[in-house]
Amino acid sequence: MPGPEHYVALSALLFTIGAVGVLVRRNAIVLFMCIELMLNAANLALVTFARLHGDLNGQVMAFFVMVVAAAEVVVGLAIIMLIFRTRRSASVDDSNLLKY
Amino acid sequence: MSVLLAQGVEVTAGEAWTFWLLAPIAVIGALGMVLARNAVHSALWLVLTMLALGVFYVVQSAPFLGLVQVVVYTGAIMMLFLFVLMLVGRDAADSLIETLRGQRAAAVLVGGGLAALLATGTYRWLEGTPAAGLAEANAEHGGNTEGLANLLFSRWVLGFELTGALLIVAALGALMLTHIVREPGERLSQPEQMRARFAPGNYPAPKPGPGVFATSSSNTTPAKLPDGTASPRSISPILPIRELTAAEAADKETER
Repeated sequence: MPGPEHYVALSALLFTIGAVGVLVRRNAIVLFMCIELMLNAANLALVTFARLHGDLNGQVMAFFVMVVAAAEVVVGLAIIMLIFRTRRSASVDDSNLLKY
Repeated sequence: MSVLLAQGVEVTAGEAWTFWLLAPIAVIGALGMVLARNAVHSALWLVLTMLALGVFYVVQSAPFLGLVQVVVYTGAIMMLFLFVLMLVGRDAADSLIETLRGQRAAAVLVGGGLAALLATGTYRWLEGTPAAGLAEANAEHGGNTEGLANLLFSRWVLGFELTGALLIVAALGALMLTHIVREPGERLSQPEQMRARFAPGNYPAPKPGPGVFATSSSNTTPAKLPDGTASPRSISPILPIRELTAAEAADKETER
């Protein structure tokens, strides 16, 4: 029988997969998707804790995370489009002008 | 188990089936997103994971969040990702050259360690903890959506307004970032295009199609002018001009 511990463990697993994806991948859009996965994993933990405590505030937090994620995606994708337009590349390794 | 039931936890056999069926699918989707070479495949794997999470929300007595997950995340955000992917990074496969040597192996190692620590730690911390269940909190205002609305518009109303402002600012920011300013006069107007077309030295009629008056309809065959010569205007400049010799053009007697 899956209890809260199973859901939180799954959430931890998904979060780490997203974190490893951010470290491993180079395409800026895939990086963004990995961040979305991490946010979703956090949401799963929030919903589980809401059920654990019998308190709806956790679900409200998950709702706010979703709204902020939507705003973040819109601005982030616009920035990626802008970088692609000037550099013709979506790879985060190519944006290294500030390094020198 | 009887203790859990006495605490009002709603773990049923159906939920157990749902969890053990969908949890591996969610993990497979996440791994597929990280491992897929093609960014579009990554997006589709992530959609799979998000749908599984939406079902988990519904199962955990959060039907409103489950539907928002499907509509907003998989319906809107991931489709926005796909739109941008089609515009930008569709064919951009990740390079296999590491900027920092050994970074990928180190990342996988540290990630595996973090996953093991986090998952086992939280599992052991919460193991056997009875869930209070949301039946009471959901029933207080007549349902899950009503309960959430009650909290959103009373206790969290300031945060709600701020996120509304944030969404407007984000939409304006995206418009500003992706807007291309065209100078007036950068693009020829229709009268200017027409004058250029009828200017002396320009041939106003459409170009002859390839193969017109020729023995072939291939678009590598130039159009023939009325005097029998090939029209240079019907030949693409990137094609090398090559005329068949008499021997090449002769009947090979392959048809009897």
